[in-house]
Amino acid sequence: MRITQGTFSFLPDLTDAQILAQLRYALAQGWAISIETTDDPHPRNCYWDMWGNPLFDLRDAAGVMQEVNACRRAHPNGYVRVNAFDSTRGFETTRLSFIVSRPSDEPGFALTRTEDAGRRIRYTIASYAAGAPEGRRYRSRDGDVG
Amino acid sequence: MNELAPAGSPGAASAEVDLRALAADTQVHEVLEELDEALVGLKPVKARVREIAALLLVERARRQLGLLAGSPSLHMSFTGNPGTGKTTVALRMARILHRLGYVRKGHLVAVTRDDLVGQYIGHTAPKTKDVLKKAMGGVLFIDEAYYLYRPENERDYGQEAIEILLQVMENQRDDLVVILAGYADRMDAFFRSNPGLSSRIAHHVEFPDYDAAELEQIALKMLQTMQYRLSPSGLEALREYIPRRMRQPHFANARSMRNALDRARLRQANRLVASRERPLTRDELMTIEAQDLRASRVFAGTAERAGPEA
Repeated sequence: MRITQGTFSFLPDLTDAQILAQLRYALAQGWAISIETTDDPHPRNCYWDMWGNPLFDLRDAAGVMQEVNACRRAHPNGYVRVNAFDSTRGFETTRLSFIVSRPSDEPGFALTRTEDAGRRIRYTIASYAAGAPEGRRYRSRDGDVG
Repeated sequence: MNELAPAGSPGAASAEVDLRALAADTQVHEVLEELDEALVGLKPVKARVREIAALLLVERARRQLGLLAGSPSLHMSFTGNPGTGKTTVALRMARILHRLGYVRKGHLVAVTRDDLVGQYIGHTAPKTKDVLKKAMGGVLFIDEAYYLYRPENERDYGQEAIEILLQVMENQRDDLVVILAGYADRMDAFFRSNPGLSSRIAHHVEFPDYDAAELEQIALKMLQTMQYRLSPSGLEALREYIPRRMRQPHFANARSMRNALDRARLRQANRLVASRERPLTRDELMTIEAQDLRASRVFAGTAERAGPEA
């Protein structure tokens, strides 16, 4: 099951040219770009690991793309996303966040039903991938670690 | 970035391209004329800048007709004595390259050894890469590049910075242009000990020293931008000052002129404050008199004990 988080997530995966265009737009707005990665696809997991420091003071998207590719190489089977932070007073938040790389195989989520008081049912989801310890999820066939 | 146009084969005889229209389109002539006007002297430098602009224009025309147009390597080295305008030209170069579409943003990132080389093992690579990322889409100007290489210390981290630089200069040619600058003799030694670097730099541009007439022109231009002017006797004093200053040690071409003018402004201010019993006119505030220049140590003939700047 393809996870859908962040901007553009219902579209097909962005090509590198499309990612570059988005990065160029973000830089033109004066937003600071950062790259994050994770192997826990739970939708409530908002704390992804930072890939290096946020990239301040960049003028051109080529520098960001270089980092994105470095992060993809290091995590070929994890999720990689790009955030663009707007420091303008009043916003001071992430304005754009989208996934640029995802595992080739996403097993999806199990729905667990828990019976509560008065026969109420509580639902929770758990990723099949998150069953293995961190760093050993999304193992691909050739033994790569995600 | 710029892809070859699939249409139009090299054999298409009817295809034409108007270079003049292309030049007008990029407005590169404006920048070149500005360069001519704003910078005094520097003939070989201007000639080289023109050549590069022409080359890029032709490349653009070729691309329009679907001819093979590999982006040329434009890394440069600027060598010359202090104060000959290396940084100024680099700044303008960034703008010219931007107009011609060779770099995407046209900003200049000026760095020295400290910005590239780290303090401890593992510090240099991220630092250099950070600087390179910031310079992407523009021009990276490395002032006094020879400090990167310290042969006397074999564990110096400068070598690591050079290697990363080389890699990016080779592989990401259309992302940034690197300009190395420094004094001629030390740059030569630097290139001799780093042949890989020298061979990746297509353009070695030498900045000649200015002669007295050019320096006078430069000084007058500087005064104009600072909204000052010389009285007739002041101009005479300047004409005497320049050859004297040129003979002194630590002469730094245009920079010495700027320093001399700054000190003249200081003396002028002092003189005006001393005569404060009457109101000052606009003219008096703008004019630098002969006495402001003649008070310089250059005229006192005490060059022996002069510091770095007389």
